[in-house]
Amino acid sequence: MNRTANSQTTVTAVPEHTVEIITNSGEGAQKCATIFGQTCAKMGNGVWTVEIIPAEIEPPHHTVTSTSGNIVRFGTEKVTNWGDRSKLAVAFNDQVCLSRHRLDSFDDDCIILHEAMWEKHEDENIRNNYAKAMEEMSSKNYRFIKVPIEEETLKVVDNAQHGKNMFALGLLAEIYQRDLSIIEKQIANIFRHKSAKVTEVNIELVKNGIAWARENLDFQFQIKSVPAKESRVVMNGNQAAALGAVAAGMEMCAMYPITPATSVSHELAAIIENYGGMVHQAEDEIAACGVALGASYGGKVALTVTSGPGMALKTEFLALAIMTEIPLVVLNVQRGGPSTGLPTKVEQSDLLSSLYSQPGDAPRVVIAPRSIEECFHAMVTARRIAETFRCVVIILTDANLASGVQQFTRPKFDVRWQQEPIDFSALPEGLRPYDWDSETGLSRRIVPGTPGGQHTVTGLAHDEESHVSYDPESNERGCKMRSRKLAVFQSTLIPPSVYGDEEGDLLVVGWGSTQGAIEEAVDRARAEGMKISTCQLTFLSPMEPGLKEIFSRFKQVMTVEINYSDTVGDPYITEETRRYGQLAWLLRAQTLVDIDCWTSCPGQPLRPNDIYNSIIDKSERGASK
Amino acid sequence: MSSIAISLLDIEDDASECLVAEDYQTREGKWCAGCGDFGALNAVKRLLAKEQLKPEKMAFVSGIGCSSRFPHYVNAYGFHGIHGRALPIATGLKLARPELDVFVVMGDGDCTSIGAGHWIHATRYNPNLTVLLLDNNIYGLTKNQTSPTTPQGYKSNTSPRGSVLPALNPLQATLGVSNASFVAQTADWVPAHMYATLQAAYQHTGFSFIRILQRCPKFTPDVFQDQIKNPDLTELLVHEDGVDAPGLERLFKARRVHDPKDIDEARSLAQRTDMLRLGIFFRDDSFPVYDEIRSVRPVSPEEKVQGLEREFDRYAV
Repeated sequence: MNRTANSQTTVTAVPEHTVEIITNSGEGAQKCATIFGQTCAKMGNGVWTVEIIPAEIEPPHHTVTSTSGNIVRFGTEKVTNWGDRSKLAVAFNDQVCLSRHRLDSFDDDCIILHEAMWEKHEDENIRNNYAKAMEEMSSKNYRFIKVPIEEETLKVVDNAQHGKNMFALGLLAEIYQRDLSIIEKQIANIFRHKSAKVTEVNIELVKNGIAWARENLDFQFQIKSVPAKESRVVMNGNQAAALGAVAAGMEMCAMYPITPATSVSHELAAIIENYGGMVHQAEDEIAACGVALGASYGGKVALTVTSGPGMALKTEFLALAIMTEIPLVVLNVQRGGPSTGLPTKVEQSDLLSSLYSQPGDAPRVVIAPRSIEECFHAMVTARRIAETFRCVVIILTDANLASGVQQFTRPKFDVRWQQEPIDFSALPEGLRPYDWDSETGLSRRIVPGTPGGQHTVTGLAHDEESHVSYDPESNERGCKMRSRKLAVFQSTLIPPSVYGDEEGDLLVVGWGSTQGAIEEAVDRARAEGMKISTCQLTFLSPMEPGLKEIFSRFKQVMTVEINYSDTVGDPYITEETRRYGQLAWLLRAQTLVDIDCWTSCPGQPLRPNDIYNSIIDKSERGASK
Repeated sequence: MSSIAISLLDIEDDASECLVAEDYQTREGKWCAGCGDFGALNAVKRLLAKEQLKPEKMAFVSGIGCSSRFPHYVNAYGFHGIHGRALPIATGLKLARPELDVFVVMGDGDCTSIGAGHWIHATRYNPNLTVLLLDNNIYGLTKNQTSPTTPQGYKSNTSPRGSVLPALNPLQATLGVSNASFVAQTADWVPAHMYATLQAAYQHTGFSFIRILQRCPKFTPDVFQDQIKNPDLTELLVHEDGVDAPGLERLFKARRVHDPKDIDEARSLAQRTDMLRLGIFFRDDSFPVYDEIRSVRPVSPEEKVQGLEREFDRYAV
């Protein structure tokens, strides 16, 4: 097919673009965006995609709450976050479009390819709502282009509901000059379990979209790509975590369905039995943790996967795992809270509860992957830490990483990433179940089946023999030994790296998934000559060493987080009453440095521009002090 | 005699084998004098000796309560966990290590109250566990609070004017769950029957649920007194596939032939309150056993790495 634009078409070269496909729930936006994103990745562009998901499966159509869709940000360089507002959108109706407008998702001169059928629809209600929506959106300088999406789709299929998405894909393919042969392969792959006819029809729809765009649109965008040298993969954070669990040799994932964590278990359920393992869907979150703990007691390093409300239910079992020193890996894909909160949306609000939600002193390791690639590697790291230190490791990802799709370098697997065979050799004479090394707090893990190792583990205070013991000395010693292990683990960590200069006016500290957005914001500020650096933490308990020293090289330090904090100046809120962002609390306690924070909990990933504004604001306030 | 029917005479043979009952006990149980848990521990020790189980090849998992101290006294691996949650741990352990013999010991508050959800679902999963519900009709360790199985009208610290609800019937509840494969009742004051029931439960492949009526001399000393004093108030369920022991026929005049395969009759008998019934209410070896149906072929680390390459091919760009 001739892919050259006609002579009236303006081709604009841009380094990157952000595109939205917005539809009613159930109209296939995900498939459209997945194929588009993968095509961009295969062509060598950097890509990040984000899902826009309602909490319900298929809410009433053509309403502002029915919006489902995807955002695809792609560019010549690596893309590390969802960026700022969208430059182009394909909208299947006025109401879903309006919902995005209200969220300020569109750039001021966003191009919106809009379904043409609603304006003159036979239903007066629909016409009125359409007119009102357009009126409301007229406050911005959007460029609306009416496209007969449904009409064109019906030329190929009987039910436009299952087809409009592929026509839309064709529009995007033409606007961004995507390689049709790659698209065809992606479609064939997505529908590989269906008849060949399905693939054919979908490809025909894409071609019709391309033809329509060529005939009717007078613009194109050119985003150069540099094909990668090393081999790469593209996936979301939950898929990466699931594959990481397999790479770590985990053979038990016990879980209970909860958004947005469940898709980890979907990926695992599909493949783990080929790897000697199983997914156990338990009767509740508590049992999922218990089954994982039981399997781990039996010698597996087990995984349980959950999100905030599930985490809350697992707390008693986590304390038991910590008290009995049985290794356990917990993946918490954070969502908005408290309570059921924002089930499908991102937040970083489980940091403090991950550290402190157990009664008593219950030291555990908490790590937060910063990218989709790290979601994979974190599983391997967590398994190793849990086993070596006989401890609980909590991995905190979030809905942004869970459903964001990004490419990364294909890992080179190593058998050493997997659990070593359990040592069932007879125990040395006199070895006790908790023969804590006084220096390190470490002791040998004795697994049932080991001759001569019989003992009863207990959640009650116990001595080295694992005998219930309430005497003061014994209890103090147990607490000390369980805590010591964390210090020993911390001694193996290196100080975090600083992005930007090693010293300056302001250091922005983040944790987990916000890395890409924060670094992009800091780049922007640095380009304007500001002395700003950033540092993204992965280890939250224990923390990486050297933080106080790093902080001392900057005039000001602030955290940027997706959670709630008070704003000084609001009613009743003073420097004394102010509640900080969760990382800020921890860092203040840990370093005694006066660390400020800027946090936000909009139920969506932070935008580089918002972070940039907060940095500017902080710098100005700092300078005026 | 069927292979499952037990004769007390078998116990005599134990002495000649390597481990005797006392070898399976680590320390004296710290229960009150007269507590039925001692009898249960004795019966378990006899079973372990009879089966000559290797101490390192078995695990006792418990929750919280008087009876949940049980694992501390047995020469085996033990997991004294948290209140109500022995079953998930035991299920996970059995899934990870199907070759181990896993026993679960729970009290009535543990199993039928705080752990009721796990009880229902573990019954349905039907993993190969031997499950002892030591039911003394009361919360003992926390000192005399009403449990779900406390008889209606019985006074406790939380129901000083008497328990207001009819007691929950654990047999009825278990028999109501799909895939329940073994349900029996015995009593600590009939040691021969308790031992025989334990052995049948152990030999059953699947979730073997035994309710052991257990005396609490402190808080419910009189709940079983009528039956203890007058054996005529007890009916033994007997069958060639059931349990029996020599001498029991002299003690208990009332005997009913009940085929443990008959689920309708089992449910009907479980809900009747006219007499106390001891024996196997239901048993079916043909039901799916969770650790068997979920078992997968072990895969070597090298094979896993090769397989992962294929998984990543799906995501390659």
